Amino acid sequence: MSGGSRIRPGDVKRRGFLKLLTALTAGAVTAPADAEAFDLDAFLQKHFHQMSDDEKRRTLQRLEQDYNDKYERDDFTVVADGPTPGVKFAYALNLSKCIGCRRCVHACVQENNQHRGREERGDQVEYIRVLEMEKGSLDLEKAVHDYDHEVPAEDKYYMPVQCHHCNAAPCVKACPVEATWQEPDGIVVVDYNWCIGCRYCAAACPYWARKFNWIEPRLPADEINPDTHYLGNRPRYKGVMEKCTFCINRVRKGLNPACHDICPTGSRKFGNLLDKDSVIRRIIDHKRIYILKEEVGTDPSFYYFFD
Amino acid sequence: MAATYVSYFGFVIKSVRGMFTGGPRYYAWLSFLVLLMAAGAAAYYRQAVLGLGVTGMTDQVSWGLYIANFTFLVGVAAAAVMMVIPGYLYHDKAVKGGVLLGEMVAIGAILMCLLFVMADLGRPDRMWHMIPPFGKFNFPVSMLAWDVLVLNGYLLLNLHVPGYLLYKRYRGEEPAKWLYLPFVYISIVWAISIHTVTAFLYTGLAGRPFWNAAILAPRFIASAFCAGPAFIVLVLEIVRGWTRFPMGDRLITFLRQVVLIAGLINIFLLISEIFTEFYAASAHVASARYLFFGLHGHDALVPWIWTSISLNVLALLALVSRRFEQRGLVVRNLPLAMLIVAIWIEKGMGLVFPGFIPTPLGEIVEYLPSANEVVVSAGIWGLGLFVMTVLIKHAVDIETGAVAKNN
Repeated sequence: MSGGSRIRPGDVKRRGFLKLLTALTAGAVTAPADAEAFDLDAFLQKHFHQMSDDEKRRTLQRLEQDYNDKYERDDFTVVADGPTPGVKFAYALNLSKCIGCRRCVHACVQENNQHRGREERGDQVEYIRVLEMEKGSLDLEKAVHDYDHEVPAEDKYYMPVQCHHCNAAPCVKACPVEATWQEPDGIVVVDYNWCIGCRYCAAACPYWARKFNWIEPRLPADEINPDTHYLGNRPRYKGVMEKCTFCINRVRKGLNPACHDICPTGSRKFGNLLDKDSVIRRIIDHKRIYILKEEVGTDPSFYYFFD
Repeated sequence: MAATYVSYFGFVIKSVRGMFTGGPRYYAWLSFLVLLMAAGAAAYYRQAVLGLGVTGMTDQVSWGLYIANFTFLVGVAAAAVMMVIPGYLYHDKAVKGGVLLGEMVAIGAILMCLLFVMADLGRPDRMWHMIPPFGKFNFPVSMLAWDVLVLNGYLLLNLHVPGYLLYKRYRGEEPAKWLYLPFVYISIVWAISIHTVTAFLYTGLAGRPFWNAAILAPRFIASAFCAGPAFIVLVLEIVRGWTRFPMGDRLITFLRQVVLIAGLINIFLLISEIFTEFYAASAHVASARYLFFGLHGHDALVPWIWTSISLNVLALLALVSRRFEQRGLVVRNLPLAMLIVAIWIEKGMGLVFPGFIPTPLGEIVEYLPSANEVVVSAGIWGLGLFVMTVLIKHAVDIETGAVAKNN
C-alpha cells in the first residue's frame, strides 16, 4: 500500500499524450466485456421512495435476474427489508482495545461486495480506514494510513473510521437528487440506481466515508456474497457512490455488522439506542465517550470510547 | 401572426448564414475550434465507456480540472453585469454599444459551465433525475440544486435580452422596453447570484476547513470582476481590430478600470485570508500550508500558486502605472491576459484541489489531471469559444447592418 490507498483505475493505464491521441484517432476504445448494456427498464427506474410496493417487487426481481446473468450465478437475492419501529442503530468503538489488525476492513469488503482492487495498486474500495495514531494526540494529521508492520506497535493506538451515520448528515444535504438519505433506523443509505455521480456528497463528508466507483467494479463471481439488500451490499455500478450501511442486509435481520463480528478484540459494539438495556446504551451511559469532529455538528451515530 | 413567424424564420436563416461567413482567418479559427471539439468528443467517449477512472481524480481528490474550470467560468459569465449596469441602468452610451458582446461572452461561458458539470458526472445518463416531476430535485436544501437553477436561469436571461434586442435591430424597429428591461434588472441580481451560489457550494461544507470560510464568496466576486472583464476586453480588442463594429476608447478604458479595482480588492482579500490562516496557525492551516509551502514533502501546487500571485501582482502594477495603455495591441493587453491566467490558476490549483488535500482524515494524496481529462476540457473550451465566436460575429453583423431585414 505504498503512497496511501490511491484509487487508480484498475483497467485503465495512464497513457502518454501521443498514445492517447493514437488511441483516439484509431477509435481504439472498446467497452470492457463486463460493462452494463443499455436497459430501458433500468434507465427508467424510479427513485426508491417513488416506487409502489408492486414496482419495488418487480424491480428487485429484475435486479436479481440481472445480477445472476452478469455474474453467472443462480442464487442472488435482493431484498428491501424496511426498518423496525422503535429501533435506532448506533455503533461504539473501544479505542483502548483496538489493535489495528484491519480484519474489519477485509470482512467488510467480503460482506459488501466491494470493488476488488489490486494489491499493488491499493485501489480496492474499503469502507473502513484504520488510522495509526500517536499516543497522546488525537490529531488526524499525524495519523498513519498505510502502516505495514506487526500490530499493535509500541506507543501507537488505532482508530478505525467509517461512515458515522450522522443524524445531521452533510452528504444528505449535499445530494442534488436525494439519492442518499437517512432511514428511520438511523442508517444512511444510497440508491445506486438514482445517484448521478456528482460526488458532492464525498466533498461534504467530514469522515471521508463515501467511496466512488471510478471504473466498472471488479467483483470475481466466486467471491460474491449473494444475500443482498437493495440499499446495501448488492453489486454497484460504474459511476455511482457507495458507503458503509452498518451491513443493512444483516442488521435488519437482527444480526450484527460484519466488522463487529470479525473483531478479535471485542472493540466493536453495536445495538439499538432506543433499548435501555442494550450494550450501546450501557456504553454511552457509563463510559467516557469521544465523538470525532463533534465541532462540525454532524451528530453522528458512531461513538468512540475508552476503558 | 404567420407573418411574424416568416419574418423570424428569415432572421434565423440570415443570421446563421452571417455567422459562418468571414475571411480566411475567421475560417481558420473556427476550424481550429472544431478540431478541439472533435478531440474532446473522442476523449469524452472514452471516459463515458471506461468511467471517470480515466481522469486523475481519486477518492481523496474527488473533484479536479472539470470543476475547477466550471468555477472559473461562472466568474467570466457573471462579469457581463459590469457592462449591463452602466449600459442599461445608467444609459452610458459608450458602454451600451458593447454590452451585447459582453452578453455573448456570458452565453458561451455558461454553456461551458454546464458542459463541465456534465463531464464531471459519473452517470450523465441519469441527468433527468434532476428534472421534476419525474426526478427528485433536492431544492432548496442542496447548494448544487441551487447552482443548477441559477446557471440555467442566467443562460435563459442572457439568451432572451440580446436575442430580442438584435431581432428588433434587424427589423429596424425600436425595442419595447417592457419586453427586455425587467429582465435586465433581474439579470443584474442574477449575475451576482450565480457566483455567490457557486461559492456557497464550497463554503457550506463544514467538514472542509479550507473552504468553510466566509471570505470565499466576496473573493469569488472580486476575482470574477477582474478576470471576466479582462476576458471581455480581449474580445472587444479583437472585434475592434478586425471588424467595423463601432467602438470608442471609453468602453475599453472603463473596463480596464473595473479590472484594476476588482483585482486590487481580490489581492486585499487574499492577504486577509493568508494572514488569518498563518498568524493563528491553527490545526486548520494544513491545506493552506500545503498550497503555499508544501506539506510533508508534498508540494505539487506550490509553483502554481506563486506563479498566480506573481502574475497577479505584476499585472496589477502594470495597470496601476497606466504606462502601457497607449502601446500596441499585444503590450497593452498583456496584463489582462496575465490576470486571466492568474485567476484561472487561483480557482483550480488555488481553491478546488487544495480543499481536498489533506483529506478529512489527514491523508495527503496529490492530484494531477490525466491526458484524457485535459483533452476533454480543451474540447469544452473549443465548443464554448466556438459558440462565443459565432454569436459575437452575429452581433457584429446586426450592429453594422451587414445582416438586416431589408438587406
